[in-house]
Amino acid sequence: MDFFEMFLNIGFWAATIRMATPLIFGTLGELICERAGVLNLGIEGIMTTGAMVAWMWVYQGGDLWSAVFVAAAFGMLFGYLHSIFSVYMGLSQHVTGIGITLLSTSLSYYSFRLLLPGVTTPPKIVPFELLPIPFLSEIPVIGPAFFNQSPLTYLAFIMVGVVAYVLYRTPVGLAVRMVGENPMAVEVQGIDVYRVRTGAVMVGSAFMAVGGAFLTISVFDAFYFDMINGRGWICVALVIFASWRPGKALLGAVLFAAFDAIQIRVQQSSISFIPYQFFLMMPYIFSILALVIMSRKAAYPKALLVPFRRGQR
Amino acid sequence: MQLEPRLNTPIWMSIAAPILAVIAALILCAGLIIWADVPVIPSYIALIKGAFGSKFAIAETLVRATPLMLTGLAAAVAFRAKLWNIGGEGQLYVGALAATYFGTGLITLPSGLMIPFLFVVGAIAGGLLLLVPALLKTRLKVDEVVTTLLLNFIILLLTNYLLFGPWKDPMAMGWPQGAPIIDEGILPKLIAKTRLHGGLIFSLIAAISVWIVMTKTKWGLEIRAVGINQDAARFAGIPINKTIIRTALISGGLAACAGVTEVAGTKEYLTLDISPGFGYTGIAVAMLAGLNPLGVVVAALFIAGIYNGADSMSRAMDVSNYIADVITATSLLLVMLAVMLTRMKIRFAK
Repeated sequence: MDFFEMFLNIGFWAATIRMATPLIFGTLGELICERAGVLNLGIEGIMTTGAMVAWMWVYQGGDLWSAVFVAAAFGMLFGYLHSIFSVYMGLSQHVTGIGITLLSTSLSYYSFRLLLPGVTTPPKIVPFELLPIPFLSEIPVIGPAFFNQSPLTYLAFIMVGVVAYVLYRTPVGLAVRMVGENPMAVEVQGIDVYRVRTGAVMVGSAFMAVGGAFLTISVFDAFYFDMINGRGWICVALVIFASWRPGKALLGAVLFAAFDAIQIRVQQSSISFIPYQFFLMMPYIFSILALVIMSRKAAYPKALLVPFRRGQR
Repeated sequence: MQLEPRLNTPIWMSIAAPILAVIAALILCAGLIIWADVPVIPSYIALIKGAFGSKFAIAETLVRATPLMLTGLAAAVAFRAKLWNIGGEGQLYVGALAATYFGTGLITLPSGLMIPFLFVVGAIAGGLLLLVPALLKTRLKVDEVVTTLLLNFIILLLTNYLLFGPWKDPMAMGWPQGAPIIDEGILPKLIAKTRLHGGLIFSLIAAISVWIVMTKTKWGLEIRAVGINQDAARFAGIPINKTIIRTALISGGLAACAGVTEVAGTKEYLTLDISPGFGYTGIAVAMLAGLNPLGVVVAALFIAGIYNGADSMSRAMDVSNYIADVITATSLLLVMLAVMLTRMKIRFAK
């Protein structure tokens, strides 16, 4: 395949937008948590849970949109658990996050096995259908790529605007950002730091779970073990790449997905003599390089990783 | 709700807290076993029997505990300095790669030299792998959690490439595995007719050495000082960056030795599934041990027992063996909580 031909290919752009969707949800979710000062390394597990729960809900006869809400609810549940340990108890956010990932992943796998014993080939469901947007989808090239996607993809793009609006234009968003910068000052204002952080972690975790759910009820039609496959960790890197800004998070996720889509296409074109494993490494190497480049001007939320204890300085 | 530091923590409380937390975890997980419609008590008895019920079971538990002690020590040392090394899995594989590269015929030494040589090259490889994130952390302030994590994926893909490509053993009937380690490099068996090998002795010596270094030497003191308070450490004249780099080399080296014990001891050749997540489980081991190197030995035995026992429990009672991961994760979180409550007390007041 000619390299330039690829960029004119509708399939390539459609794939990029599709592959960006779970990353957008995950990165927005992580961004909300970190803006409130809480690193949420539970993301990989919470996405796994979202993927499993949403799929199981549809498989048991639930409808697709309610599956999205069920996934979000489970995400909030694990987010609440994470905030008990990291916000209220002030334990190391790194380790509790890994603990939440371990717990939510293994609980999902355990429940999956229990609810579907002895299944060798994963059963399938009917996932979301593509929803072409009238008129817009008829624009050449751009139309089919951007406006003929899963409803969840549109939701992801809308959410970028919603999160940005809430963070920068509403009192709630101000409270969240302040709690991540200077919790003491928020406390003086009479706002409960614990509640704001817990709320942010729960909402952020709901986003992550929906990102996972997108994979099972929109892209694939089955749940596989290890299907998140490091996407959650990539989101953690993307948040730093985005310098904690929703708009840049969208840009980062799309860039990253484009990179992934290129990687798959180059790998499939048989002209390549480079082993496919090296192409698969590219996203991770790209993430590390992005971190190195962005770290120079990284403006961390100042209270990130710092547990807040009332009445202590 | 408010947390207040306790003025003093009685010794019995420090010992009882993690034990009670583990018991609480087992009670919580009993709910999942009941959900699977399986009787709880016989299940847990099957678990204990599978872990420690026979000579064979004990040997298998010790085999599994061997790499967990090393990855646990790696996490414990790094976390003491607040170097969040989540890359134990990658370092383990790099150690395994080094052992395979040098141990499959490239070099032949008498057994007494060959085995230490494999550990040394493995440790160097692992130390160098963690050196990259450590340098990025100290020089450019790049968060090491993400870099060490991402490196795990890169190393696993590299291993995948080598085992399907240039390092694939043509004698392995098409399985993606490396050539066998030469006889001189194989760790001696400790008990006949079991898989228990000399790696256990190595892990125990490593635990004692790390304990001595961390508690009795200037190095250990510096590592802990950097972890407790960087500003105070800098004020005391401790070279922060140098200490972090040193910690990284020790931590990466220890995790890589787990790869060596698996290649040269348990399997005797490299495969892709040489580690079922020992690197990640090592984090749980270290936290259960309260980052104490000697505690790591106990915690590794506990977790190895849970995994081993859960395997035989799942066969006997038809429960998914993912229950082992659930028990480990629940114990990890509850032990962290319990240890904190020995240092703080909760006061509910408005």
